[in-house]
Amino acid sequence: MNSLQQVCTFQIDGGLFGVEVKRVQEVLRHHEMTRVTLAQKFIRGLINLRGQIVMAIDLRRVLELPNAADEKAMNLVIRTEDGPVSFLVDKILDVIDVDESTFEPPPPNLHGPTRRIVRGSYTVADRLLLLVDADAVLALIEQPASS
Amino acid sequence: MANLRQLWGGRVLEEFVKDYLIECQEGLEQFETQLLALERDPTSKQVVSAIFRVVHSIKGASGFLGFPKMAKVTHQGEELLGKLRDGSRETTPAVVSGLLGLIDVIRRIMQSIEATGTEGDEDDSAFIAQLKALQTADPAPSTPPVATPPPEVPPEPAQPEPIAPEPTLVAEKPPAEPAPSHAPEPSAESPTAPASALTDSTIRVDVALLDKLMNLVGELVLTRNQMLRCSLVRDEAMFQASSQRLNLITTELQEGMMKTRMQPIRNLSSKLPRVVRDLAIQCGKQATIIMEGEETELDRTLSEAIKDPIAHIVRNAVDHGLETPEQRVARGKPPEGVIRLRAYHEGGMVNIEVSDDGNGIDPAKLKRKALERGWLTEEQAASWTDRELLGLIFRPGFSTAETLSMVSGRGVGMDVVKSRIESIGGSVDVSSRIGEGTTMKMKIPLTLTIINALIVSAGGDRFAIPQVNLVELIRLKGDAIGAGMINLQGTAVSRYRGKLLPLVDLNRVLNIEAEARPTESDAVNIVVLQADQQRFGLVVDRIDDAQEIVVRPLARQLKSISCLAGATIMGDGKIALILDVFGLAKDLDGTRDRTGNLTARDDQPASQPIDESHAMILLRGTDASPFAIGLREVDRLETFAASTIEWIAGRPLMQYRGNLLPLLDVAAWLTNKQWLGDTSDSTWYQIVIHEHEGKRLGLVFDKVLDIVEDRLDVRGEASRTGVQFTAAIMGRATEVLDVPQIRDRYEESLRAGGVAR
Repeated sequence: MNSLQQVCTFQIDGGLFGVEVKRVQEVLRHHEMTRVTLAQKFIRGLINLRGQIVMAIDLRRVLELPNAADEKAMNLVIRTEDGPVSFLVDKILDVIDVDESTFEPPPPNLHGPTRRIVRGSYTVADRLLLLVDADAVLALIEQPASS
Repeated sequence: MANLRQLWGGRVLEEFVKDYLIECQEGLEQFETQLLALERDPTSKQVVSAIFRVVHSIKGASGFLGFPKMAKVTHQGEELLGKLRDGSRETTPAVVSGLLGLIDVIRRIMQSIEATGTEGDEDDSAFIAQLKALQTADPAPSTPPVATPPPEVPPEPAQPEPIAPEPTLVAEKPPAEPAPSHAPEPSAESPTAPASALTDSTIRVDVALLDKLMNLVGELVLTRNQMLRCSLVRDEAMFQASSQRLNLITTELQEGMMKTRMQPIRNLSSKLPRVVRDLAIQCGKQATIIMEGEETELDRTLSEAIKDPIAHIVRNAVDHGLETPEQRVARGKPPEGVIRLRAYHEGGMVNIEVSDDGNGIDPAKLKRKALERGWLTEEQAASWTDRELLGLIFRPGFSTAETLSMVSGRGVGMDVVKSRIESIGGSVDVSSRIGEGTTMKMKIPLTLTIINALIVSAGGDRFAIPQVNLVELIRLKGDAIGAGMINLQGTAVSRYRGKLLPLVDLNRVLNIEAEARPTESDAVNIVVLQADQQRFGLVVDRIDDAQEIVVRPLARQLKSISCLAGATIMGDGKIALILDVFGLAKDLDGTRDRTGNLTARDDQPASQPIDESHAMILLRGTDASPFAIGLREVDRLETFAASTIEWIAGRPLMQYRGNLLPLLDVAAWLTNKQWLGDTSDSTWYQIVIHEHEGKRLGLVFDKVLDIVEDRLDVRGEASRTGVQFTAAIMGRATEVLDVPQIRDRYEESLRAGGVAR
């Protein structure tokens, strides 16, 4: 029997991505943000999550993509050891079951910034779903802010 | 007999041991305080009984839980106390020392139990024998009791079991000082041994207070229900009423919750009598400590943070402050020195004063020391007030102790105390009178989580500045901007109460674009801030209002940004960043280093703003040679393109503020020429505007190099007319201009109608 995994899917620049659902605390629509100009470039700002101050990481910046036209990024709030962190994505889609047997490691011709955060891919309804490794994204912001 | 340890395992026992340790800890604190009271009043049966009860209950619990060593030691202590209680033995200093030793042993065993679950392998039989001996008589005088180190100091240096708790258990609370290595350390260190992690993680709250909080929470729930209904029926009046109630309940809840976190100062001051006693004996002094306002309350985390600084100040007072009994008597003072600890609330802060009636600090001595170390020049030293000199004790590496004693003067000094107190938003100040004593005054905020802040805007974002760092707000308008702000190659300074105030532009620091850069007509808002000794001005786009804000920490990844202290949520739900004034002050230094500006005044403390009467502006003339002008001669600095310069009757002029401003190319004029500079449109000139009796004159230079202080050692004779003298400034021979003379000569030449000087 094939084991199934639940993945929360989202879209960035037309591409289909996903994170393991167990890492997701909640999803939010666009939230007003306070920028932190001296922070690392991936950190877009801080959002007020019901009184809790949460750091937002712009996945577009991580993937070295230009800013989206409408700038209404949605928040995918991820659980981490240090409390929640939000990933900013273009659009949050459904939670789907993926078939573990369709999992493939990152294709060797996948280069650049995507390679840094993608753990592998699934095929979902003839589309390629790239599974984002939340910890890899968090590791990117561990480096001290470049001054 | 099988004890509980064999009967029960696992969690139940763990819980018992935890409770036991907490009880022991509380008992010990009481023990210590009572014991010192006993020393003062050796006949008090009441005090003896109180101590007896503490030791008795520790003994009982130890036997119950199966800690035989603890039981044995406390048993002997109990025996001794029993003798004291029934009057068959008198309370002598030796007995008190023995009992203090008992405290140390109990504490050590407790720490071992907490860290490892066992009592440790140390042999206490010698100490037990000593306690036994004390039950009948004082030890032989060959070993004076006061000098006997308590037996916590084991003679064998190799210890199989470390006494300090294992790092795993106290990881969240690293001791400020390295855990005392027990073998060579004096007994005075023992009260500052790392506090038990276990007892720090629990808190006792008054039941009445807890009930009150529960009631408030009940009211809060009711108000919520009401408000939910409001949103359904849209009743405006009802909504307003419940909003008001919510406001009230929140305030009360906030206050009540704060109270649960409050601890009386007593919790930290109760250990001081022991510190003073042990230390006085060690230094051959007599000292007592008097405490006032011990019931003054302070937030837990804060009282934890000031524990070590206060102990340090008290140790200093005994070690450096007080004189020996002989000296005191010679000066007509009682042989016993008095340390006074006074705590009280004032203006939303807790003030703690530690004073002694000892020697006082001699400012002249401090001055000598500072001169020796090259921290001050003779000139500076002469102009410093005693108060400023006293402030020197907070400088790193400063010690007035002639000889390093075991207790203090080990390099970590008042500078550490100061930075610790400041890190929690407090301040520390010293005052002293020679021969009469020294007072250290600390101001500590009540809590760290809710603070008063000033809200400012920069680049459309709001920022909060803690009120404690705020000195003053300045708003410069129109002409005052020019007069008040001088821009020196990106390093702006402002005139502020006769001094020059370095300016930091918040937009620049944070790399944000301003809403709209202030032009001549706009106002400039400057927030004058104080960080340490450094005073500086922060230029912001707008000053909003003052507010009480709740401080939230920043994510770990953002903590490296030194100019941010945290974040807070504003009334509209948006987040505002809290600025770290100390971090901003650091940025000030950074600017200086980067641009190489203002380096000429690195030889003096950064805290000294440039004294305007001595400051000079260093310029490069149109012939590339360096000139200097006293800043008092400078009314404004302007930058102009060569294209704006007009020529009338062979004289350069320009339009400036609705008038014609005559220009004078100084380098050219000095060599009898009219103009040396390039007149191509793309060239920019720096113009120093000098005003005298309503007439302005623009002195033309190539650019501004720097601002320096007129502390020039090498002075040469004036080389030519218009020059005051020549001096070596920043390694170059520089002509210091005599602007009034230049002006007069220029006006003369105007009247004569010629170019000649």
